[in-house]
Amino acid sequence: MPTLETEVLVVGGGSTGAGVVRDAAMRGFSTVLVERGDLATGTTGRFHGLLHSGGRYAVKDPVAARECVVENAILRRIAADCIEDTGGLFVSTRWDDPAFGDEFLRGCRETGVPVDEVPVAEVLRREPRLDRGITRAFAVPDANLDPWKLVSACTRSASEHAARILPYHRLLGLEVHDGKVVGARVNNELTGEELEIRAELVINASGAWAGQIASLAGCVVTVLPGKGIMIAMNHRLVNTVVNRCKPPSDGDIIVPIRTVSVIGTTDVRVADPDELEVTPGEIDEMLDEGEKLVPGFREARALRVWAGARPLYTPEDVADTREVSRTHTVLDHAKRDGVEGFITITGGKTTTFRLMAEHAVDAACEKLGVVRECRTHEEPLPGSEEERFYWLGARVRAQEPVPNSEEIICECELITRSHLTEALAHGRPTGLDDVRRKVRLAMGPCQGGFCIYRATGVLHEFEHLDYRAANTALLDFLQERWKGVQPILHGDQFRQARLDDWIFQGLLAVEHLPQ
Amino acid sequence: MSELVRDSLDHCVKCTICESFCPYSRATPLFPGPKYVGPQAERFRRTGVSPDVSLDYCSGCGICTQVCPQGVKIAEINSQARAQLWEDRGIPLRNQLIARPSVLGRLGTPVAPLANWTLRNRPLRWLGERLLGVHRDAALPRFAGRTFQGWARKHVSPAAERTIVYFHACGTNYYEPAVGRMTVEVLEHNGFHVVVPPQDCCGLPLQSNGNFPAARGYVRRLAANLAPYARDGCAIVSNSTSCGLMLKREAREILEVADDDVAVVSEAMYDLCEFLLLLHQRGELRTDFKPLELTVPYHAPCQQQGHGIGKPALDLFALIPGLRAIELDADCCGIAGTYGLKKEKYEISMTVGERLFGQLRESKGDLAACDSETCRWQIEHGADIQAVHPVELLHRAYGLDAG
Ligand SMILES: Cc1cc2nc3c(=O)[nH]c(=O)nc-3n(C[C@H](O)[C@H](O)[C@H](O)COP(=O)(O)OP(=O)(O)OC[C@H]3O[C@@H](n4cnc5c(N)ncnc54)[C@H](O)[C@@H]3O)c2cc1C
Ligand code: SF4
Ligand code: SF4
Ligand code: SF4
Repeated sequence: MPTLETEVLVVGGGSTGAGVVRDAAMRGFSTVLVERGDLATGTTGRFHGLLHSGGRYAVKDPVAARECVVENAILRRIAADCIEDTGGLFVSTRWDDPAFGDEFLRGCRETGVPVDEVPVAEVLRREPRLDRGITRAFAVPDANLDPWKLVSACTRSASEHAARILPYHRLLGLEVHDGKVVGARVNNELTGEELEIRAELVINASGAWAGQIASLAGCVVTVLPGKGIMIAMNHRLVNTVVNRCKPPSDGDIIVPIRTVSVIGTTDVRVADPDELEVTPGEIDEMLDEGEKLVPGFREARALRVWAGARPLYTPEDVADTREVSRTHTVLDHAKRDGVEGFITITGGKTTTFRLMAEHAVDAACEKLGVVRECRTHEEPLPGSEEERFYWLGARVRAQEPVPNSEEIICECELITRSHLTEALAHGRPTGLDDVRRKVRLAMGPCQGGFCIYRATGVLHEFEHLDYRAANTALLDFLQERWKGVQPILHGDQFRQARLDDWIFQGLLAVEHLPQ
Repeated sequence: MSELVRDSLDHCVKCTICESFCPYSRATPLFPGPKYVGPQAERFRRTGVSPDVSLDYCSGCGICTQVCPQGVKIAEINSQARAQLWEDRGIPLRNQLIARPSVLGRLGTPVAPLANWTLRNRPLRWLGERLLGVHRDAALPRFAGRTFQGWARKHVSPAAERTIVYFHACGTNYYEPAVGRMTVEVLEHNGFHVVVPPQDCCGLPLQSNGNFPAARGYVRRLAANLAPYARDGCAIVSNSTSCGLMLKREAREILEVADDDVAVVSEAMYDLCEFLLLLHQRGELRTDFKPLELTVPYHAPCQQQGHGIGKPALDLFALIPGLRAIELDADCCGIAGTYGLKKEKYEISMTVGERLFGQLRESKGDLAACDSETCRWQIEHGADIQAVHPVELLHRAYGLDAG
């Protein structure tokens, strides 16, 4: 079996793992990260996209709120390219008790969340789609955060510090010798080849899967996967993050991110983070809540729905996952379970991923008996050196002054042939779905109807996939998309699906393509 | 309200039908086409900095909106985005100037001979192109030297059972007062007492040049003048098909003027030929037409097509004995109001118009008919054939010019 040696092995390629591997690499450790799928395909790639100001936690979870305040400010400096500074609002709709606003204000002041009550008329001018019945509004520094850009920038930075990033490597087992984790057995999911990784320390950053991974070393960690669903609407119904001003509940936030606006979310305890079913009832609930913030929400075009699993670490069993603190936990399994060389970092949120990584790597330093300072709060991520926030118009601007002069593969998200070939050259994606995450291919209204057959052609040509492999990639992608689109098919998106269907079934007869 | 237009982008299924109909994206690589600038680019825009200047190459002809099978208000989205663009960047002097026909009219009319000489003087036009960016070859109208309003003030419309209000718009007032007189006479011949309220520009050129605030001011003032009649149940007609459309639809849909006056006026507004054909359908149009032995190619201008009323002029022509009307199917003459006047757009405008000009030349017509004044000027410039408003032919066939 081929063997790799490293000081630190990180398990999980979400925001936490990416943050940990960067931090550890920057502190001079030799590091390897393994992720069973592509990077950011766990909860991180399925989250709501909100860079929290702390407002959401100001009343009920002051610890989490304070962390958000600090990390929000840090990420604005080090990860500007992953952030669009939309600003955020908390609004009391006619369904919300306006008195909660006072509690909210108090909470924000106590936890340091920058907040201003703003005149409702001004808010309605700025966001004309919001319900006219809003009684109070508060401005906070919420923003949106692009998870794929974030994870890819972190891992890029880690690689620059000699880390090895291994996507499509699934952890199969941990080797425990004399009460110490000494290495891991991983499977290369693309080749089927097994690999042994010897490590002085394993950091379990596998989010909602942290319990599963910990059990491989014989440790019991209770992580409650809290399922949340989100629906992406075709365009920006609002340009500011809009939260309901009331105790956190379902469907109370709309996040404008890139070209869409996303409503979410729910919180239901589930047994398995890999089995996240979306029910019609949940979809209905989201749309109803959307209607309260933005009248006409139900008629607007819904693109797709998906679910993610919150990693909620809990010492004992708790019935309502919303009662569990949203802050994170570092577990040193030596102290806790008598297993050396093994740390679990879980809980938290993407907004605080950097802090989570800092705490995990601090613990690692302690265990490895070295003192090395964390620098991740100072050093900007690759692409964010200029501290310039992402701008929604960038892709359109890049096409000027003579748009269409380069072939556009995905018209909805304005992805040109060179965007695509660049992504293919960089990341060695293994299928169209990976390309989708890298450049947002097929994320727009037609959900691949017009771009996926083009992209398949490029993949075929560029990656030298033979026609069978290219056909398989196409069909896999269509299946994957269908999962997201099908539960929410109505109105405009239904018409689109019919047209897409004619293209793929009628024109291209995809089901009869040789594979 | 503003979201209604923008929201229509949700209906786009990417079928590309609009792209294959846009005459402007076909004529220039600088314009990426309706699907691109409309439902696609709009998703990347938010208030503040506009990402795309290429959108200014959309002429606003509205063909895309007409052909979209899903009801995406593409031209309207573009129009609103253009307003945002110029709000960001400041409207160039040229666009401010050519967008105010009534101001130009008031300045030019008293000194018409000099003004007309200036507008036809090559060196001065060259200078105008350098300094203002108005293309030296673009078709500009001639000041009539008198206004239609002047004629209307002296004219006594005979009392009649039915009263109708005439909105003549600026082109008629300053450049083609004769068309206004003919309109009045045709309506009177059909038993109407014609009222011509005081009126200024409807704001359309300002709208298409992206100056929404000023356009709103104009259309509100105009609607306030016309609204009392509309409230009394009077119909309002206009021979200026684009300005009529402004009152009928665009003020509400594009400028989003939610104003009572505009609402009642829009309900009462008819295109002249539309109104005459309705009369005929009710058996109320006089058909005492004398034969006109003429071959007349007819171009339905885009703005007229925007009314969604078919081509009533052709039905009216069919009532005139001897008249051989030829329906042309070229989509646009290229002028699009003030688009073709602009230095950087003149060539595009002429390329767009070429198909129509060719059809006109081939038709070997005696004269051409078209409902829109700017298009008539473009036709005369591009195809070298006299172009008249349809009402002129009706007027002639009624024998009204004899008296
Ligand atoms: C619905 C929802 C909305 C949310 N919205 C927000 C928000 O708006 N803002 C915010 O800040 N936070 C939000 N969160 C929280 C945030 O998304 C998560 O806390 C965060 O993404 C967790 O990141 P992670 O890296 O710890 O986990 P993950 O991203 O899940 O990463 C763990 C990784 O481990 C991998 N893995 C599992 N098993 C193995 C194995 N055997 N071998 C190798 N790899 C393995 C998984 O594939 C996965 O990629 C939201 C969470 C949910 C569920
Ligand atoms: S309004 Fe006319 S020029 Fe503009 S996009 Fe539509 S068809 Fe093309
Ligand atoms: S015609 Fe309508 S539906 Fe088709 S691409 Fe154009 S805007 Fe979209
Ligand atoms: S100028 Fe005439 S033909 Fe050309 S776009 Fe305008 S109305 Fe249409």
